[in-house]
Amino acid sequence: MTDEQCSLFEPGHRACGGCAAALAARAILDAAGPDTIIVSATGCMEVFSTPYPETAWKVPWIHSLFENNSAVASGITAALKKQGRKEKVIALGGDGATFDIGMLCLSGAFERGHDFVYICYDNEAYMNTGIQRSGATPYDASTTTSPAGKCSTGNRRPKKDLPAILAAHGAPYVATATIAYLPDLKKKVRKALDTEGPCYVQVHAPCCTGWGFEGEKTLAIARLAVETGLFVSYEMENGVVTRVKKVVRKPVEEYLKEQRRFRHLFRPKRNDAEIAKIQAIADRNAEKFGIDINLKK
Amino acid sequence: MMEIMEGSHAVAHAVRMCRPEVIAAYPITPQTHIVEALAEMVANCSLDAEYITVESEFSALSACLGASAAGSRVYSATTSQGLALMFEVCFNTAGMRLPVVMSIVNRALGAPLSIWNDQQDSISLRDSGWLQFYAEDNQEATDLHYIAYRVAEDKGVLLPAFVCFDGFILSHTYEPVEMLTQEQVDSYLPPYSPVQRLDSKNPISIGLFASPDYYMEFRYEIDRAMKASSQVIREAGRRFGEMFGRDYSNLVEEYRMDDAECAIVAMGSICGTVKDAIDEMRRDGQKAGLLRIRTFRPFPGDEIKKALAGVSSVAVLDKNISLGAKGAVALEVRDALYGSGIPVLDYIIALGGRDVAKKDIKSVVKMAMAGNGDLFYGLRGEVLG
Amino acid sequence: MIMPLGLGCSSRPGTSRVNRTGSWRTFRPVFLRDKCTKCRLCIQLCPEGCIMEESEGFPVPDYTYCKGCGLCAEECPAEVIEMQKEEK
Repeated sequence: MTDEQCSLFEPGHRACGGCAAALAARAILDAAGPDTIIVSATGCMEVFSTPYPETAWKVPWIHSLFENNSAVASGITAALKKQGRKEKVIALGGDGATFDIGMLCLSGAFERGHDFVYICYDNEAYMNTGIQRSGATPYDASTTTSPAGKCSTGNRRPKKDLPAILAAHGAPYVATATIAYLPDLKKKVRKALDTEGPCYVQVHAPCCTGWGFEGEKTLAIARLAVETGLFVSYEMENGVVTRVKKVVRKPVEEYLKEQRRFRHLFRPKRNDAEIAKIQAIADRNAEKFGIDINLKK
Repeated sequence: MMEIMEGSHAVAHAVRMCRPEVIAAYPITPQTHIVEALAEMVANCSLDAEYITVESEFSALSACLGASAAGSRVYSATTSQGLALMFEVCFNTAGMRLPVVMSIVNRALGAPLSIWNDQQDSISLRDSGWLQFYAEDNQEATDLHYIAYRVAEDKGVLLPAFVCFDGFILSHTYEPVEMLTQEQVDSYLPPYSPVQRLDSKNPISIGLFASPDYYMEFRYEIDRAMKASSQVIREAGRRFGEMFGRDYSNLVEEYRMDDAECAIVAMGSICGTVKDAIDEMRRDGQKAGLLRIRTFRPFPGDEIKKALAGVSSVAVLDKNISLGAKGAVALEVRDALYGSGIPVLDYIIALGGRDVAKKDIKSVVKMAMAGNGDLFYGLRGEVLG
Repeated sequence: MIMPLGLGCSSRPGTSRVNRTGSWRTFRPVFLRDKCTKCRLCIQLCPEGCIMEESEGFPVPDYTYCKGCGLCAEECPAEVIEMQKEEK
């Protein structure tokens, strides 16, 4: 039997068809293996995988609250250490739990240096409560609390740079990954687990329901985020970027036009000024991380 | 061995002998001396525990929850604002049936900010599913920690517990305390053996969400465990008495209640003053007695009803106020006496560290006998304008 | 089914299998064997984890759980998975 077939994340869960978070959960457990304790925050993944008495998890799993998975994980790592046990601990949370409400616990746990991995599945809004903006929502995305309207082009702020914040805590390993490239995602999860100390992996996980695209396009959208430079897949070791996925960049509108959350930038008429601002974000990313492959060589 | 110790230090030593594996706490006055003492013990290897210096009380209890779920005995201590910050985790810990033991060094809740004593903090968590013990003196504050662990971890209970004792009045006061030896504590409190824990050899999921088809039954189970804990407390208290000579087999303590006409009902350190006042009143021929509630959760309604059966009036001293209603203890005592016809009068007293003397107790009894109550006692009219 | 409540709202592993999500499906992926290269991509990227490898190495979907999201068909490099309307 291959590792994909003895999945530690079982079917029967209630995620939407084509859900990137469900796919991320499978990949994370494939990489982590059975000797892993999962500490879940409240959120889509928690709700679709554990309606009592059903659980999709075949590893030890605990859910306490929305904002405390890092602190619960701190306690678990301490208990394991005291008991002389070797299981690995992964705290899992969506972007709302991670970027916003759980930030205090996350910062404390990273500053204290507990040996655990925090994995954020980032779908760029509060999906479980109905697509409200979070600190991870990108510029101009229309959500139910940052709706585009006559005098608004959607979310007014760019995405918070959480990997940098956690790297600044002294985290030995910080990485971004995407469900578009599963082998890379698994490799990063494994590397984080094998690195001593608090490590962070942020997984870009497009939400077909929240972003407005068909479920079969989940991977295609995730790839476009990378190919346009709006999402950069990289690794930071001891605060230094050591590896970046390079791309032949496409214009951002190829990504934007596929999603209902950016539809207001194209309809009723095209908003060139705003699209240019988003292109500028991608250009800055490209420059900062050096992602461009120069084809003219 | 009898030792003169600060209350906080006596409690810290009791906690040490309970052998917690994980301690997570955040400093807050007047709890600090306990957690400082424990940190020192860990630093000097007299306590073999993981000590997590969390960034907030919210994380303190969250870390305890995680460590407890992983199968370790855990400890924390807090008070007032810190306990308020833990509110959400308190309900969660009880619902997840994790036997966390936490000292509550009782202190008033802001606003206005006050570091001084009343019992508003723990009383405000009365619905959270934690057992609540209230100590009268430092001896009891110390002993109740051993008992709390034994009861909380009982397989018929599996609920977290507060051991409450009054901030400064007890925590910062030096009193003679009979400390048990490690051997004595080990013989009374067995190592924690969890019914279930996070373990890759037996990978369960804990803390699922419940639909309306299940939620009520889970809440019912918590309530049932809480009610069943009464008998476990009695047995643990009786056993403690048999082994060490201090009996805690009752959830309440009756003081000169035999022929009492007016009964005072109170919790915590104020009861020392009440007992002295009662002695003096008795000398003057006034038939006053005290019913001290040691266990507020589970609420010992039957014991209270029985103890107060013969009295003609009841005066409840509430160091808390359910704003817009009455003091929480009075409300529940009234419920216990429902149908008896015995008047229960409420006195909101000693909030935010306001001192209470014997004369105040005598004054309350006088008011109660005259049917005058349900008020804030000792308000300073001159500052109210 | 009568069973005691799991302490602390807990449950045993693998219990989600009682929920047969195949009933959600409006389109069914049909795997055509002749051009399948056995690359296993569909097995890896199925969010349900319900595509299995049979003895000859061909992928086989478990229709008990397949929600019919179409991700496998969309991503199949050999284009051998067809989404066909479910007959009720």
